[in-house]
Amino acid sequence: MDLNTIWFVLVGVLLTGYAVLDGFDLGTGPLLWCVPDDRDRRILLNAIGPIWNGNEVWLVTGGGALFAAFPNVYASVFSGFYDAFMLLLFALIFRAAAIEFRSQRPGRRWRRFWDAAFAVSSVTSALLIGVAVGNLVWGISLDATGNFDGGLIALLHPYALLVGLTTVALMVMHGNLYLILKTEGELQERLREWAQRTVPAYLACFLVLNVTTVLTCLHLREVLVQRMPYLSLLMAASILITLGIPRALRRGREGSAFLASCLSIVSLMLLFGATMYPNLVISRPDAANSLNIHNGAATAKSLNFMFYVALVGVPIVLAYTASIYYVFRGKVVLTEESY
Amino acid sequence: MNVETLSRIQFALTISFHFVFPPMTIGLGLVLVVLQTLRVRTGNPLYLDLARFWTRVFGLIFAIGVATGIPMEFQFGTNWASYARFVGDIFGSPLAIEGLYAFFMESGFLALLLFGWDRIGPRMHLFSTCMVALGAHFSAIWILVANSWMQTPAGYHLARMMKVTADGGQFPVATDLGAVPFELREIRLPPDYVVQPEDLGHVRAVVDNFREAILNPSTLDRLAHTVIGCWITGAFVVVAISAWWCLRGRHPEHARISLKIGVVLATVACVLQWIAADSTARGVARNQPTKLAAMEGLATTGPDASLGLVGWVSWRRDASGEITGIEERSLRIPGMLSVLVSGDFLHPLRARDTVVTGLQDLPSDALLRARHPGASDAEIARLRPRYWPNAPVLFQTYHLMIALGSVLTGQALLACLWWRTGRLWAVERPEVRWFLISLLAAPLMAQLALQAGWFTAEMGRQPWVVYEVLKTGDAVSPVVRAPQVLTSILLFLAIYAVLSILFVTLLLKKIREGPVPSGGGPPTGPLPLSHRSGRQTGI
Repeated sequence: MDLNTIWFVLVGVLLTGYAVLDGFDLGTGPLLWCVPDDRDRRILLNAIGPIWNGNEVWLVTGGGALFAAFPNVYASVFSGFYDAFMLLLFALIFRAAAIEFRSQRPGRRWRRFWDAAFAVSSVTSALLIGVAVGNLVWGISLDATGNFDGGLIALLHPYALLVGLTTVALMVMHGNLYLILKTEGELQERLREWAQRTVPAYLACFLVLNVTTVLTCLHLREVLVQRMPYLSLLMAASILITLGIPRALRRGREGSAFLASCLSIVSLMLLFGATMYPNLVISRPDAANSLNIHNGAATAKSLNFMFYVALVGVPIVLAYTASIYYVFRGKVVLTEESY
Repeated sequence: MNVETLSRIQFALTISFHFVFPPMTIGLGLVLVVLQTLRVRTGNPLYLDLARFWTRVFGLIFAIGVATGIPMEFQFGTNWASYARFVGDIFGSPLAIEGLYAFFMESGFLALLLFGWDRIGPRMHLFSTCMVALGAHFSAIWILVANSWMQTPAGYHLARMMKVTADGGQFPVATDLGAVPFELREIRLPPDYVVQPEDLGHVRAVVDNFREAILNPSTLDRLAHTVIGCWITGAFVVVAISAWWCLRGRHPEHARISLKIGVVLATVACVLQWIAADSTARGVARNQPTKLAAMEGLATTGPDASLGLVGWVSWRRDASGEITGIEERSLRIPGMLSVLVSGDFLHPLRARDTVVTGLQDLPSDALLRARHPGASDAEIARLRPRYWPNAPVLFQTYHLMIALGSVLTGQALLACLWWRTGRLWAVERPEVRWFLISLLAAPLMAQLALQAGWFTAEMGRQPWVVYEVLKTGDAVSPVVRAPQVLTSILLFLAIYAVLSILFVTLLLKKIREGPVPSGGGPPTGPLPLSHRSGRQTGI
């Protein structure tokens, strides 16, 4: 494997880490809105309380890694999707503020407002991330210097919105399963009931998205045919894993259900990566302007240096992330430090 | 306004708002380490109460700091795409390292610090506190590495993307070679090459040596100066809040401990700061003479340069409004700037002969000729002022920083003196009361000094985004338009206004509540859940 491919994988790992970890706390947003009782809401919020902040770091580090390894891609995507990314940033700031400020005052209206802000900004974030991914697959009109001159409306075409919707469904399902893991009693029962709807909803989105991709993304046809064995294997695995979730829940194996949901995110990202490789941004209609792991990358020297930085750093990060999740394992207990 | 101005305003707005919070967490982190160490060593519940209180304050500041920090990571791409392409090979690395080595550490262990009181033991809690403080410092290190590289770029060369044919012919990227096969290759440019606007898109900075890039000529000075500034800010936050408790007679025992810790940290940091500041300023004189000349309002080159204290610098303009020079009216110490620049304090008379270059000779003729090939001497002289930073503003921000630093140092020293003589605790005496009241303003002064210093550093770099390599105007995103940036600025303003109001209200509420004694007093266990209040009682 050459360095550029390694970095394609590494950036992928960071963004998958983001999707898996921040996925469940983004999904918590709309679910929180569906529980009316303040105490239940606090329990849901505190299920993600100690870790949401660390989860968001995956996005920031993913962004930094993209800048370091593929500066051209970083520049093209972020300036080309300017309005969408600004909206995403506002949603993320607002979301952080909502979590922090909600608990600071007991007033009913105060809390209702921040709960609404939290739900709306979570859904908006998930949707916009999905739309961005959708546009990378669908293709944007890059010019010869790698610039995209579009605008928000150009980004919100049906295919990108479908990917956005799938992302929201995925994260709601993921959040749902995480919360089942962290709650008990009546609240958990309710969450279990919801899972009977959130899991099929995601599965439906996933299937529609895959069929649509095969049918409408004609520019991917060659790649899809060529990589058919891997892609169909991944897709089958993804469907089987997701189908296993309701089974695991019926048997009361909450941990396996959540793990399955993590794996379905991983398989989705693998599908995305396997379809895109070696491209990072597909250009349409002029495919020659696509940004790939070679014309979008930093020099070999830089990639090499950063590879060793990551080689040392990533295991350390994984080690203490895991130990922090371990410390906060088990059901949520509200204490004076809770949100 | 054009996209460049708007993008600069947006960057300045987002970074200065963000920069309110990290200095406090860096300084408070140290205070928390001290308190947790004392708690583990002595087992005194007072330290535990204080640690809990300051951790709550820390948590609030940290949360806003993270929320406002996220845009910073992405604005290089959204607003400064040409910059990102130009320097990505070298500038992206510190940002990625910051994420990997600082953010994860900080936010991960913060979870243990904030929510781990009942889940981990005191020693583990102390360890988490150290990790959070260390993470905050690492974060500062990598951001300052990245920023210092923009100030004094090193360890790189410029390279141009060319089409190279099999027979060794090199052609610009835009050339259509027809059916001739070619490969794209980066061709090294000579070391004195100056980037022209038309080079953008196919010339970029390529790293030679990461060690040199990271430890570039200004990194260590600027790192020390900024981090010490952060310690001062954090220390004075603690000092001010404790002083307020003293004035109101609240939590007397807690207030004394906090005040002592704060005062010690503030004094040590203030004294160190003068050394770091001197070294930093001398570095600026050496590496960025244009910035130094603008900071001091120095027009002419020569020995015996004087140091400004207070006053006014303004532009001199010709009939068409073009800037031709500066006018400076200020109170100055003759020869002092030469002495400071030389660093030779033992021989002030000899040191006065040190030549300091003025704005009239900066930037150098060589640079201007390279940037404007074929320009006549008269044209060069006319173009020169366009390469000056905004001297009238820099003079003020720079001297404001020094003035505030002096006041803060005075306060810290006086507090130490009165603490040793016991007068500091005699709150009933009017002069002590007035002094404590003056301490309430100290955190604001420290914040203002930091911001003024940061503005001096960043505006002093203009019109370059990478000093004497890439102009700020050439760095903006080519596809982003003014209305888009204007909209995002307005949204940022709105959301930041809301955040600051809420932040200040909640911080004041926390200060009013103060530390909660763990023995007796309100309950510290899990709150009765029927209480809608959540945090109202008990904390």
